[in-house]
Amino acid sequence: MDTPTPSVADAKTVRGKDRYRSGVMEYSKMGYWEPDYEPKITDVIALFRITPQDGVDAIEAAAAVAGESSTATWTVVWTDRLTACEKYRAKAYRVDPVPNGPGQYFAYIAYDLALFEPGSIANLTASIIGNVFGFKPLKALRLEDMRMPVAYVKTFDGPSTGIVVERERLDKFGRPLLGATVKPKLGLSGRNYGRVVYEALKGGLDFTKDDENINSQPFMHWRDRFLYCMEAVNRAQAVSGEVKGTYLNVTAGTMEEMYERANFAHELGSTIVMIDLVIGYTAIQSMSKWARKHDMILHLHRAGHGTYTRHKTHGVSFRVIAKWMRLAGVDHIHAGTVVGKLEGDPLTTRGFYDVLREDYNPMRLEHGIFFEQDWAGTRKVMPVASGGIHAGQMHQLLHHLGEDVVLQFGGGTIGHPLGIAAGATANRVALEAMILARNEGRDYYREGPDILAQAARHCLPLRQALDTWGDVTFDYTSTDTPDFVASPMPAY
Amino acid sequence: MRVTQGCFSYLPDLTDEQISKQIQYCLDNGWAVNLEYTDDPHPRNTYWEMWGLPMFDIRDAKAIMGELNDCRRIHTDCYIRLSAFDATNTWESLRISFIVQRPADEAGFMLTRQEIGGRMMRYETRAYGLQKPEGSRYGG
Repeated sequence: MDTPTPSVADAKTVRGKDRYRSGVMEYSKMGYWEPDYEPKITDVIALFRITPQDGVDAIEAAAAVAGESSTATWTVVWTDRLTACEKYRAKAYRVDPVPNGPGQYFAYIAYDLALFEPGSIANLTASIIGNVFGFKPLKALRLEDMRMPVAYVKTFDGPSTGIVVERERLDKFGRPLLGATVKPKLGLSGRNYGRVVYEALKGGLDFTKDDENINSQPFMHWRDRFLYCMEAVNRAQAVSGEVKGTYLNVTAGTMEEMYERANFAHELGSTIVMIDLVIGYTAIQSMSKWARKHDMILHLHRAGHGTYTRHKTHGVSFRVIAKWMRLAGVDHIHAGTVVGKLEGDPLTTRGFYDVLREDYNPMRLEHGIFFEQDWAGTRKVMPVASGGIHAGQMHQLLHHLGEDVVLQFGGGTIGHPLGIAAGATANRVALEAMILARNEGRDYYREGPDILAQAARHCLPLRQALDTWGDVTFDYTSTDTPDFVASPMPAY
Repeated sequence: MRVTQGCFSYLPDLTDEQISKQIQYCLDNGWAVNLEYTDDPHPRNTYWEMWGLPMFDIRDAKAIMGELNDCRRIHTDCYIRLSAFDATNTWESLRISFIVQRPADEAGFMLTRQEIGGRMMRYETRAYGLQKPEGSRYGG
């Protein structure tokens, strides 16, 4: 199917008295389509992938998105004239057909900074993804990327700890951190749960982690878990001489309950607490403020994101969620593994990691990054790679994800034939051997299997891990991949 | 026990040739190599004693190995760690840190527990070697 060219014939903003005649008027004539508009450096810019209903003009659809995410309602209202309404209207200024995406368009929309309350993700999202996603003239709508002006970025606290301070606090430099999620995720008693934590930390991991749905269930109440986990953390610190931690999940039904759990974790001396994305943006920002006040690292599990990030034509791209969460101020966020069991195209995942870790993101269409973004000193978020990864992939993980990442081997630690501590040791030895080889200038990506085999000669647990999982891969086609062509597309 | 701080503690102790290659990696990245020693390896003892200043101006791995060997000669029974500073804006901290000497016998740590009402516990990690004064804890 050929992509119809967006129509520009009638799309001219009506001005003066005619603009405010009562009745219904096309969005593209009401001032929401301004092809000559040059975005200001203080504008928030959003890029939407729009799929108009059959027969709906692409430019009218883009203008409708701009209108419905800013000042418009379905009909003309005279009260617009009491305001500086031209400033408050979001302006679609560019619409491109999606390369190899028939019927889809990339719509660039600029929003004046005055539309947003400082330091509130809830306010930003109420506009940008508020009403507009249910809008009838569109079949589907996806928020692909956003450019936040520095003036807006500076209204957020950002991560309370960030990558560098986290490393300083833990005294761990020069290698990815290692973690594991306690398994089975449901059913263990507090006492049994703490055993897994102790064994994994003693064996060589830096962190263990509660799973997203471990809160306070009949089989294990939260206080019991926290007490046994901190016994395990302190024991492991004493036997290794290293700082250790466990992400205590404080997610609960109310903010009051979350504060109570977080305060208890703080009282017990935990270095880190954890929340789930499903608690909502405001709760996340509140917990970030709490973490800042209590010298706590804040881990975010992105529970629920797949419901709206995975589908290519509808929802919100994870790169946008990553930007919001860096502003909201989490220190850790799950961002994909590339090689593991969950969704993750390598280049798209690289884009997520760039958003979290770089000071400045240049435009990189091949990574799905449509805008340059200056983070203006906002601390960096530590990405977490979790889900179906094992020691035999260490060279690939280091190659794809780099050094500033937490690699989380849940099954790959706890499922080890010699036990949990042995599983942890296997992962740590594999990691250190790979870092050593990389720093020596070896082609570790190509020589990875040899480097691991060599390291396994002095480490039986690693040899067994390689024998058990060496060949396991999750090789499925990704659904969320960037759409771009190397040369710039013509704008309409 | 074996203190597992630093990024290579789970590998067999590095040879001088291996250490030298890591130093070269630091120099190639433009970082300043730094040597520190201690006989108190508590996990939260941040400030080990500095062996001079970070070597901002020494760009030769051999010369740095010379410094390490001098430090080893004087502090035979201490932990020595080699780290490297990156002064790039928004990092401005260490990029790597690993142990390059350990005492022959690593005493390890005692964990004490003080019951403080209900099931709460106050934990303290204490190095066994610390009963002796600084400088005489291992061997000497």
